[in-house]
Amino acid sequence: MTTATNTASQLEAEVDAIAAMPGRKRRGNPDDDTRRVNWWATALIAVCSLTILIPLYLAVVVALKTPEQLASGTGFEWPNPIRWENFPEAWERTNFPQALANTAIITVGSVVFTLLTSSVVAYALARNIHRPFFKGVFFYLLAALFIPFPIIMLPLVKQTAILGLDNQAGMIVLYTIYGLSLNIFIYTAYIRSIPIELEEAARVDGASTWRVFRSVIFPLLMPMNATVGILTCVWAWNDFIMPLVVLTDPAARTLPLAQYVFQGQFNTDYTVAFASYLMAMAPLLIVYIFSQRWVISGVTRGSIK
Amino acid sequence: MTTLTQAVRSSSTTGEKPARAKRVRLESRRALPAFYWMVWPAVIAFAAFHTVPVLVGIFFSFTNYAGYGEWNFVGFSNYLNLFKDDRVLAAYGFSFLFAIVATILTNVLSLAIALGLNAKIRARNFWRGVYFVPYVLAILVIGYVFQFFFSNSLPKILSGIPLFADNILTNPDWAWTAIVALAVWQACAFAIIIYLSGLQTIPAELYEAASLDGAKPWRQFTSITFPLISAFFTINVVLSLKGFLQVFDPIVALTNGGPGTSTESVTLLIFRGGFSGGEFAYQTANAVIFFVVITIVSLFQFRVLQRREADF
Repeated sequence: MTTATNTASQLEAEVDAIAAMPGRKRRGNPDDDTRRVNWWATALIAVCSLTILIPLYLAVVVALKTPEQLASGTGFEWPNPIRWENFPEAWERTNFPQALANTAIITVGSVVFTLLTSSVVAYALARNIHRPFFKGVFFYLLAALFIPFPIIMLPLVKQTAILGLDNQAGMIVLYTIYGLSLNIFIYTAYIRSIPIELEEAARVDGASTWRVFRSVIFPLLMPMNATVGILTCVWAWNDFIMPLVVLTDPAARTLPLAQYVFQGQFNTDYTVAFASYLMAMAPLLIVYIFSQRWVISGVTRGSIK
Repeated sequence: MTTLTQAVRSSSTTGEKPARAKRVRLESRRALPAFYWMVWPAVIAFAAFHTVPVLVGIFFSFTNYAGYGEWNFVGFSNYLNLFKDDRVLAAYGFSFLFAIVATILTNVLSLAIALGLNAKIRARNFWRGVYFVPYVLAILVIGYVFQFFFSNSLPKILSGIPLFADNILTNPDWAWTAIVALAVWQACAFAIIIYLSGLQTIPAELYEAASLDGAKPWRQFTSITFPLISAFFTINVVLSLKGFLQVFDPIVALTNGGPGTSTESVTLLIFRGGFSGGEFAYQTANAVIFFVVITIVSLFQFRVLQRREADF
């Protein structure tokens, strides 16, 4: 017993000493965690993270190879010499600028319209939820969360074709509308926690309901705007089935669709295909790497409430 | 009598007493007009692009519409035929097998990783960021990387094991496990974050008290950790099962339903039959059944899991 506590306190002292060593400054107190560093857990987490990193590594090395280099190995060897030409080739074959522009337009449009509309609707619902009409609307929109996409898929394609919405604008409309259910769910819980006195003060000063929303509520919604914006952005950027069925013009195709077409056309040309995959994944991945903490806290916020 | 009710009515409704109107307006039965203006456009748009397609789908499920040309009412024959169609039954079998296995794996693995990330480890934020990466990748695109891995790399690396050496994706009995691997790989990213936020709500004092009482880590997990995050467990299981039942992208990326139709999910079947198979009406009937099945499964799960939650 004594020896056990002794070794434990020794270990603790050692860890403290390591942490206190010059050049290994303790980071500015990330949390009040006084536990000792769990090296077993660290090692396990590091090893398991290889399952995430290995596919990404594979994507990179294959994209840098010549077809001959690829055929001679398992795919994991580091290429020598590196073949950068895969990227310009992929760029041309998939018409990358066009697919990127389509995806960017659809994503940005969906995020902007979603933030502007979902928050307004959620505000009206949250402030009137005790009234039958608004309560009914709330549950009407929420019920749609249960309806799987396949049931609307076939009729929707006819409808968008008839309305001339089988294009980028139509995709923006659809993402904005279909996101409504979940977004309202996320927003209303938060809006109800905003004290109504804030609004009443503005109303006494003569502000209209719209004005109250614009100058009082919307600025306070910023954390939830981040959450909804992130969820919408990732969904619209990566979605495959909706653009696949709705978009008819090949010139309107998004990045995932461009890869889909790729698959059939150049079946054996893995190196160019992988360069294309990398370019398709890179924009969102780069944004994520630079805003990692912000993205994760945003998503967490949405899932807790 | 009449005067009484009138008095009550006039005090409960507004507008009749201009002097009080301003303060009482918010509590009145009718909301401010602006609130209706905020909601109506959304309701109309939602009805037009969500409810109308649903109703149109249900309508056509009672016809023999092929997606083009003439059509007639056929009553319930689409629905009856669905239950006799081996391909449809196989698709439901595959979807359920896939969804159940993937749900179990996703929740076990992501809970384990969330526990690891919640322990005091070096560079925790970095690892947390790494595990969330799959969430921002298009599953179709990373799926093509997995497809290359299963069909080209793995046969060379594990050339001694016949199952992998012969390309698992072309094996009718085992191709589904590769799809599970890809789907779980991606779904874990989100599930880990949800579990992690659940774990962070547990006060550290509970563990200190438990270890003073001599509780081993496993006992601490079953008696403290798991009961306290069971709400997060419920939501994760329900969401992942619902999502996995509708699996589409990972199949397109890896096997495209093959070999044969051995990895064809319900969504893929509806997509294929409805768009290129001339089975518009038939597959909308399938989609209606699918909707009923998913709703029943989700509600059933909620009931079972919430009852279990209450036991603790």
